Amino acid sequence: MFSFIARRLGLLIPTFFGITLLTFALIRLIPGDPVEVMMGERRVDPEMHAQAMERLGLNKPLPEQYLDYIGKLAQGDLGESLRTRESVWNEFLTLFPATLELAIAALFFAGVIGLLAGVIAALKRGSLFDHGVMGISLAGYSMPIFWWGLILIMFFSVSLGWTPVSGRIDLLYDIEPKTGFMLIDTLLSDEEGAFKDAVMHLILPAIVLGTIPLAVIARMTRSSMLEVLREDYIRTARAKGLSPARVVFVHGLRNALIPVLTVFGLQVGTLLAGAVLTETIFSWPGIGKWLIEAIGARDYPVVQNGILLIACLVILVNFVVDILYGLANPRIRHQR
Amino acid sequence: MSLLQIKNLNVRFGDANAVPVVDGLDLSVSEGEVLAIVGESGSGKSVTMMALMGLIDAPGRISADALTFDGHNMLKLSGRQRRRVVGKDMAMVFQDPMTALNPSYTVGFQIEEVLRQHLGLRGKAARQRALELLRKVEIPAPESRLDAYPHQLSGGMSQRVAIAMAIAGEPKLLIADEPTTALDVTIQAQIMELLLNLQKEQNMALILITHDLAVVAETARRVCVMYAGQAVEIGQVPELFDVPAHPYSEALLAAIPEHSEGAERLATLPGIVPGRYDRPQGCLLSPRCPYVQDHCRQQRPPLDPQVHSLVRCFYPLNQEVA
Repeated sequence: MFSFIARRLGLLIPTFFGITLLTFALIRLIPGDPVEVMMGERRVDPEMHAQAMERLGLNKPLPEQYLDYIGKLAQGDLGESLRTRESVWNEFLTLFPATLELAIAALFFAGVIGLLAGVIAALKRGSLFDHGVMGISLAGYSMPIFWWGLILIMFFSVSLGWTPVSGRIDLLYDIEPKTGFMLIDTLLSDEEGAFKDAVMHLILPAIVLGTIPLAVIARMTRSSMLEVLREDYIRTARAKGLSPARVVFVHGLRNALIPVLTVFGLQVGTLLAGAVLTETIFSWPGIGKWLIEAIGARDYPVVQNGILLIACLVILVNFVVDILYGLANPRIRHQR
Repeated sequence: MSLLQIKNLNVRFGDANAVPVVDGLDLSVSEGEVLAIVGESGSGKSVTMMALMGLIDAPGRISADALTFDGHNMLKLSGRQRRRVVGKDMAMVFQDPMTALNPSYTVGFQIEEVLRQHLGLRGKAARQRALELLRKVEIPAPESRLDAYPHQLSGGMSQRVAIAMAIAGEPKLLIADEPTTALDVTIQAQIMELLLNLQKEQNMALILITHDLAVVAETARRVCVMYAGQAVEIGQVPELFDVPAHPYSEALLAAIPEHSEGAERLATLPGIVPGRYDRPQGCLLSPRCPYVQDHCRQQRPPLDPQVHSLVRCFYPLNQEVA
């Protein structure tokens, strides 16, 4: 187990360098620079522009800039935003709970419905339900997130008026951010109706963000379950006189979950990518929206380090999933 | 009154016109009896037992004039009622122990599950009983095995665990479906011995499905020879071995390697079990039978009592009364 962790950690070093190099290069490949964007439509005086660039250290040759960046990173300095002068780390910490809350809600939605739909589809293989679930999940998987989000907003928010269009909470409420999780903060506050309002705000973005993971989980659960249900130990479980529910959920699902868990972990990356679009559509004040705005403003430190932080997060989650995988599958646990 | 009574059991996969996999099988087992069922692969041995246990799923269809076990009409029981019998009074041990245990749960969990389901034992009491069961199936260091996962056990050990699970509800009938086929030869003898000891100790009936005629000769009192889904001969063990009345029984016995000592080749019965599309109109063995008559090709013989046994043949062998 120890050598396994050490090996995995060793692999992280080249990954980190790759990410820093890539974000550093890509953001500078976009036409325009931070000063130009800040000046906006006005004609930029070349002298002022040069001065501003020098102040920001952006006039140096690129390799030097990169070395500066890496040097700061090595000291744990993530720099500060060019726009707000706020440290990138602080901004990340403030905004991340919103994204996490949305992601957890989305994964919960995707996990519960995906598992149930997958299991039922496997049990009723070839039925109308099975074909329906598989068809819908294929559609869900292929759907562009921004389009799907807009459709839902138009239908549920605009036409039916069931849910709010955007944001995390109505402006009527003044919620003190204790944990950063709106659902928890509203529960802690004594504002009446705030919790319900927060839930209503969360539903649509969570559905939009959870749609692709839902489709993937449903399909994976179905095929994994079909495979497991053919196993000899399922016959043994039935021969013990156990109830069909126990045979399916205790003996079947537990084994079928092992590959699903891997997919679940891989979905976290997809989820954070999806969060960028979802948060933009729903004006959800999370790191996705933060990054989009930073890219628009050519806010180099935010883009570079924001992406680096997200990458770390994805790596961390996959790491945790690997360990969970060992817990779920005793055969792997004992190999290590 | 026999413990198990099967009358005219038919199992088909598909619609009512599909070729039966089990074709009009009659069989009975008394309490505490050891019955062996032999026959080549595809003769319907396992399917018969799966039907009895309620393990046949659609498109499989079961019909019978009677399927009674211990006073229960197994055909009429609801799922819930059946599950009270299956796994408790009637239990089964399967062929491949390495795949028959759930890889995600410990040995203890899988045994305790039966105890909780059928005897209502929980917690310490269940664990204690599981430990006793492991001792009963002669697993060394049973305390440490309770928390072991199936992949940590050898094949023989896994089969012992499977047996412990099967006898956890103190069944009146244990069905062992080729319990030693997947095991090493040395382990085979140990598992057979264990099964027979348990059978005597608990006075349970044992149905032993096997390819191994030597095992049958040593263990069973009665034997049923199956061919293409039918019982072709049912008789007492020494007689059936000494004077087989059905040509198929005779061919099976002749195929034992020891009976061909000194010969260049082992004795075989040419041909294969008839399949879906070449099922003969007459006796199912007629295309392969060395004694076949014209009459055999036209009509199917019934299972009739002969001198030593019940035989499904118009011209049974060895009928001279000694």
